[in-house]
Amino acid sequence: MSKLACNIAGIDSINPFWLASAPPTDKYINVVRAFEAGWGGVVWKTLGIDPPVINMSSRYGVHHDRSRNVIGINNIELITDRPLETNLREIEQIRKEWPDRVIIGSMMAPLDEKTWKELAIKIANSGVHGIELNLGCPHGMCERGMGSAIGQVPELVEQTTRWVKEVVDIPVFTKLTPNITDILVAAEAAKRGGADAVSLINTVNSIATVDLDLMAPTPTVDGKGTHGGYCGAAVKPIALHMVGEIARNPDTHNLQISAIGGIETWRDAAEFIALGASGVQVCTAAMLYGFRIVDDMIAGLENFLDEKGYASLAAFQGKAIPNVVNWNELNINFDTKAFINKDSCIECGRCHIACEDTSHQAITMQENASGGRDFVVVDDECVGCNLCKHVCPVPECIEMRPVDNGLPVLTWPEHPKNPLRVDIVSTENTLAETGENHE
Amino acid sequence: MSTTGKVTIDDINAGFGDLHKPYNKSQALLEASRCTYCFDAPCIKACPTGIDIPTFIHQIRTQNVKGAAKTILSENIMGGTCARACPTEVLCERACVRHHDQGKPVEIGLLQRYAVDHLLDSSEEHPFVRATETGKNIAVVGAGPAGLSCAHRAALLGHKVTVFEAKPKPGGLNEYGLAAYKMVDDFAQKEVDFLLGIGGIEIIYEQYLGQNLSLDTLRSKYDAVFLGIGLGLCNQLGLESENLSGVYDAIDFIEQLRQTNDKSTLSVGQNVVVIGGGNTAIDAAIQAKRLGAKNVTLAYRRGEENMTATDWEIDLARKNGVDVRLWLSPIELSGDAHVSTITFEQTTIEAGRLKGTGEHEKIETDMVLKAVGQKLNASVLSDIVIERGKIKINDKYQTSIPSVYAGGDCIDTGEDLTVQSVEDGKRAAHAMGHTLFGIDFKEV
Repeated sequence: MSKLACNIAGIDSINPFWLASAPPTDKYINVVRAFEAGWGGVVWKTLGIDPPVINMSSRYGVHHDRSRNVIGINNIELITDRPLETNLREIEQIRKEWPDRVIIGSMMAPLDEKTWKELAIKIANSGVHGIELNLGCPHGMCERGMGSAIGQVPELVEQTTRWVKEVVDIPVFTKLTPNITDILVAAEAAKRGGADAVSLINTVNSIATVDLDLMAPTPTVDGKGTHGGYCGAAVKPIALHMVGEIARNPDTHNLQISAIGGIETWRDAAEFIALGASGVQVCTAAMLYGFRIVDDMIAGLENFLDEKGYASLAAFQGKAIPNVVNWNELNINFDTKAFINKDSCIECGRCHIACEDTSHQAITMQENASGGRDFVVVDDECVGCNLCKHVCPVPECIEMRPVDNGLPVLTWPEHPKNPLRVDIVSTENTLAETGENHE
Repeated sequence: MSTTGKVTIDDINAGFGDLHKPYNKSQALLEASRCTYCFDAPCIKACPTGIDIPTFIHQIRTQNVKGAAKTILSENIMGGTCARACPTEVLCERACVRHHDQGKPVEIGLLQRYAVDHLLDSSEEHPFVRATETGKNIAVVGAGPAGLSCAHRAALLGHKVTVFEAKPKPGGLNEYGLAAYKMVDDFAQKEVDFLLGIGGIEIIYEQYLGQNLSLDTLRSKYDAVFLGIGLGLCNQLGLESENLSGVYDAIDFIEQLRQTNDKSTLSVGQNVVVIGGGNTAIDAAIQAKRLGAKNVTLAYRRGEENMTATDWEIDLARKNGVDVRLWLSPIELSGDAHVSTITFEQTTIEAGRLKGTGEHEKIETDMVLKAVGQKLNASVLSDIVIERGKIKINDKYQTSIPSVYAGGDCIDTGEDLTVQSVEDGKRAAHAMGHTLFGIDFKEV
């Protein structure tokens, strides 16, 4: 058995790579192609009650970097636009043909108990391994009271989750929207409703670009545009944070997490797993490059396990969670300084101007004897912000070196300059005086 | 080449197509992405005209291509020619920091061409606006890179400029001297047309200093004069029989080639010998080969390290099948009316001096192209002080006559570069404020 075999909310999967509920999982042919390519599972494109929705022509906007790499896509597509029965029969068919692969049925419905329950039962009867509740779609469906319109109200998150849990005996994944203030509120609601797992993040509300000729947002539908759901590499940091918050929160830390958000490579997947995810869902990367990208995701993750000596994904799952803390718990006495490796420096001056203009004037630029330029870090001025290291075009040219300053670990709450400092000594004295200190 | 092995008319003309294919948008964006947008960039310092290269490349990346062109042209109005003809390998591209980590520089020349061509092809109005008319009149002698650059900058500053040009067309060496494959599609004329779009410049042709034009008259009629007259005379070998038919100045050979649309109508020798070690020699040799010469030998009297042609140009000559021969000094041309043999003496360095070894070598030839440098025709300059064969100027581009300025190849800057001439003309136009108004304009 592959080292990547894993279990997500009670569902065995040959690897942690599932395709997220989206256009790539809309129908038989796509899903079969995905399984042929090696994906461990799919979350079927969201199913709803008939009659099916009608989608717009022109559906995607895109955020290119200046080299025309796509760093994000936004979409205004709705849920599946095919009849429910068509989808369910295809799911049944593929379940038979691909017994070792996972199919999760994604669903949404108008806010009515009977409708939710009937739809959930129909989907469960098609043989899916689990059901995912789409409470996140931030465009179109929310205007009909579904998707993020439900996901943004904790009571409704709890309610819909409970409705489905009451009628099916397979794992239920509640898919959360990031278009809220605090992800924990929604995650806790899902947990109260009985969710076996949370899937996050759904797409981020967005306008991808404005077409300056049409003076309209993209994608543009007959001269107009609307906000759409943003996904792809650019949203990964948002997703990592939200996954990390749920994983380290005492009330939700035992919720299973199916992580979604800008996962394009094995490394992205490993980061989410390190923050507690049991598996990951991918969409944008597949839309950009095709299903073949799973090859490197699998091989890369296997290599990572081998290099680090991890026997399985479980061996490092959640390993980074203890290191995600509040700012107040960071060591304020820690000191790190930039160090510029002269041998690999190409003398572009980017570190200098970034520091000079926008930071701490801690990198000097001097002409050297050979007519080149020397860039030198002034340790006294360097606050260890890392900006130079990040703007440097040469990998590993600038490194941050921790300084051994001999100072003890100190947090802000304990810091002498903190006017609200917790005065440990006087508290102890008071306790001693009152005789309550039995240490 | 045709399959019969015979050189066709199309083959010959194809040999004078673009040396470097221009970038398409995709290539330009890819190459621009290699630029690190250096602060205080070394490439800017390496450019004689000081173009803000990282900024224009950044502008290409943001697809503000017109802005990129304006950044280039604000420092170098002949940025289009310089993008094609500059020896970037010893200027901006040599200074590029990408040598250090990627082993090759950003192709600044091709990016510059992409930007400038975009603007010139978009047939919009001229990107710069003239200052209010100053009422001052400037005479510029020579419509080459120095003269036209000076004319454009002077016009920009609000002066009225009259350019006196000896040839029937403007552009100087851009039109008559650069290799054809560097200046395809009549680019020199296109660039001049663009440059004149600023307004306030008139060019009068077939005006020869010392013949139908006199410096004294110009001085009396204009507030200031700029001399951008280049080097009008070719150095000779100083051999007997140098007037045999089949022996030409390489400059004339190239000029004829540049002025002929269908290159296949030109005659070229079977065994061509080019004498010289500069870029003119290289240009002549490669073009002779592309015209269909069977053998082209480039003979230079010193070592390769002494050649003023860049390594890249020498390499280009070799790739084109030119036999580059070193340490050979011509001592005799012979033939019966038409040249048939050239005799060289082998040379060596002895005690720091070039000396003949006494060993001779004969090469059969039916065409000899002389590219051993050019010199100033000082006889037309009345009493202007000449130093080391070139016009003496001070740091304000003033000659010994205060209202007469000079720039380009005719002054002693030690450079023989279009881009340096453009810079000279630009700076001289700024410096003229001293004569015209008694004030110095701040360098732009």
